[in-house]
Amino acid sequence: MSEHYISAAELAGSAKTEYENLLTRINAGPLSAKDRMSIPEQQMPTGEPKKRAREMSEVALGYTKEMAVLEANRCLQCKNQPCVSGCPVNVRIPQFIEEIQKGNFKAAVDIIKQTNLLPAICGRVCPQEKQCQEQCTVGKTYKSAERAVSIGRLERFVADWERENKKITMPEITRHSGKKVAVVGSGPAGLTVAADCARAGHSVTVFEAFHKAGGVMLYGIPEFRLPKAIVADEVENLKKMGVTFETNFLVGRTDTLDQLLTEKGFDAAFIGTGAGLPKFLNIPGEHFIGVFSANEYLSRANLMKAYVKDKADTPFYEAKNVIVTGGGNVAMDAARMALRLGAEHVTIVYRRTRDEMPARKEEVTHAEEEGVEFRFLENPVEVLGIQSDDRAVNGRVRGIKALSYELGAPDASGRRSPVAVPGSEHEIPCDALIVALGNGSNPLLVRTTEGLNADSKGHITVDGRQATSKAKVWAGGDIVLGAATVILAMGEGRKAAASINEYLAK
Amino acid sequence: MFKILEKKQLSADVFYMKLEAPEIARNRKAGQFIIVQVDIDFGERIPLTIADANATEGWIALVFQAVGATTFKLSQKNTGDELPALLGPLGNPSVIEKKNGPVVVVGGGIGVAPCYPIVQALKDAGNKVIVIIGARNKDLLIFVEEMKNIADDVIIMTDDGSAGQKGLVTIPLEELCKSQTPPAEVIAIGPPIMMKFACKTTEPYHVPTTVSLNSIMIDGTGMCGGCRVSIGNETKFVCVDGPDFDGHKVNWDTMMMRMGSFKSREQEDFHKCRLEAQAEKLSSV
Repeated sequence: MSEHYISAAELAGSAKTEYENLLTRINAGPLSAKDRMSIPEQQMPTGEPKKRAREMSEVALGYTKEMAVLEANRCLQCKNQPCVSGCPVNVRIPQFIEEIQKGNFKAAVDIIKQTNLLPAICGRVCPQEKQCQEQCTVGKTYKSAERAVSIGRLERFVADWERENKKITMPEITRHSGKKVAVVGSGPAGLTVAADCARAGHSVTVFEAFHKAGGVMLYGIPEFRLPKAIVADEVENLKKMGVTFETNFLVGRTDTLDQLLTEKGFDAAFIGTGAGLPKFLNIPGEHFIGVFSANEYLSRANLMKAYVKDKADTPFYEAKNVIVTGGGNVAMDAARMALRLGAEHVTIVYRRTRDEMPARKEEVTHAEEEGVEFRFLENPVEVLGIQSDDRAVNGRVRGIKALSYELGAPDASGRRSPVAVPGSEHEIPCDALIVALGNGSNPLLVRTTEGLNADSKGHITVDGRQATSKAKVWAGGDIVLGAATVILAMGEGRKAAASINEYLAK
Repeated sequence: MFKILEKKQLSADVFYMKLEAPEIARNRKAGQFIIVQVDIDFGERIPLTIADANATEGWIALVFQAVGATTFKLSQKNTGDELPALLGPLGNPSVIEKKNGPVVVVGGGIGVAPCYPIVQALKDAGNKVIVIIGARNKDLLIFVEEMKNIADDVIIMTDDGSAGQKGLVTIPLEELCKSQTPPAEVIAIGPPIMMKFACKTTEPYHVPTTVSLNSIMIDGTGMCGGCRVSIGNETKFVCVDGPDFDGHKVNWDTMMMRMGSFKSREQEDFHKCRLEAQAEKLSSV
């Protein structure tokens, strides 16, 4: 499955040569569509798989300037612009790509930021192959989304370029309205609302339960996919815009939402508390030591930096043989994190097949390259633990009992349902089990706020402008949609902020 | 930043710390806890019950035992120092009602400290409150005077008989259950094994018993499941569904097993921290 690995240095070298050819051709006259289609697709340079699997540094290294200009010139600037409607927030994609073609990186990122305020993050974590890139004309011509213009990599390139070259321009905030907005949660939805409301001249305070801001971008998405320094920079930029961050503040307990709106004088509030309630398998043995939700496992590593063994006080669980159950991005993250935390063998156990896995293909490929094993059409039905008089090992997980499955008729998600094969019980040994089955909504705010309606799953009910059933309160992101993506959370944040700004202007 | 207003040592490894925390003191109710960190970058998040608080004066008090890295580092801080992170008040407040009969509050070891605000609240609600305090020996007894000031009766038990009567807290507890005026409710807080046996004592007498669980936590807001316990047939999170639970439904064996998840690491760290602190003291002489 793993193709021959090409080093970053090799890729940079080929790109330089191709770039010179491109410049020659451009000097000879404007590029035709045929010229553009003959530019080779630029692969994303990565670290060598087996080495990077033991390090926390970012895996995708980013394009060089030459790669960016080459890739940008593959874009046909087609009239229909299907990529724009493929983007959940409708970034003006062909326009920013055109600027990159000409080497105007600052102009490119400025265009992106008219719509998407977190390009360094979205360029890294958006599932572009299901969004903008899926619609790309070039990809459609080749009948392969993998050959579409690498819009995400280009977005990341210009965002990184702006940051690394210190070209970030702060928006000018000319008037101060005297109105106060409370943002609950510092994940992508909350940060987006903070930015848009601050730009409109309102005084914004972001309340965050953790000791650092960033939400799932901080505790969930691992360091090697999204460096925390980037998240910290985005938070810093907001502080420069005048946004106040109150960390270690749990709205619903430290103050209720009503107290914020009355005693603390906030004129409007936005709820972006996310989907942070882990789902467990609800099978016997799930209480054994060494069984973790992916949230706990990743939080110990990402947020609490447990991987810095000689400095961090937070313990992490030493395990050599780890099983991860689940097939989404979080499962891939947990599996790859386990390798970096010293596991010798990591296996993903998934009840359907590779084709039904919701994880991004890129994440699955990276996991495989790094040595993660995949077992399809299997699912744990019981967790087995050690019974011993030795208290040091008693109660530790020693394996799972699993069943084998076949695919039957499609279920509500449209994917074929796994049907257990009778008599197929078998044991798979392990010394840690990570449960990555998704998250439900954090229930605290709904429980502690009167008049805030939610559905049976705890998703806050909103209208077309993200307004909730409670006056002066808006909501967006995973708390409304269920566990989704950074870009969708941002999109809802923008809608909510527009509605809040309109309300406060009255 | 949260300033330490007062710090004193209550016994061998047990410390009392009063912290400036007006936001937390304001909404805090008996039974709730906080999560504290001594360092933002590499510090651990640990839960500690709020032993006392004053909303007008804007402070909360913690009582903790130095057993691992974080509690040890906390014990090394002094009046005037500041802590970088304190989150609270967390958890569901204790349910306090006027009962038709005495309420017995049993505190074991440092569990006596979180009992204190509960006894205050029970008295405020008009209850007759009998407090049973247990410790291994007289040097480990804490909050005795404080309890005597507010409770209707205080029974002291020590394992070695060096103070009060000799024996475990379950002895007077059972006597009260058998008496003419059995307890309308029992609240037991202390080491899990003590809470387990307090519940086993009250069960045959059908006395409703509430316990406060102290599982390992990471976030304290319900997002990781690290603190999960088995209550009846259901999985509950101590940080958001608790910390109080019906003691007769708690699966004590599972809970105690999970509490030991990082025992060897904890002991290692505590040992290391003490050695480092000693070395520092010696080198500065």
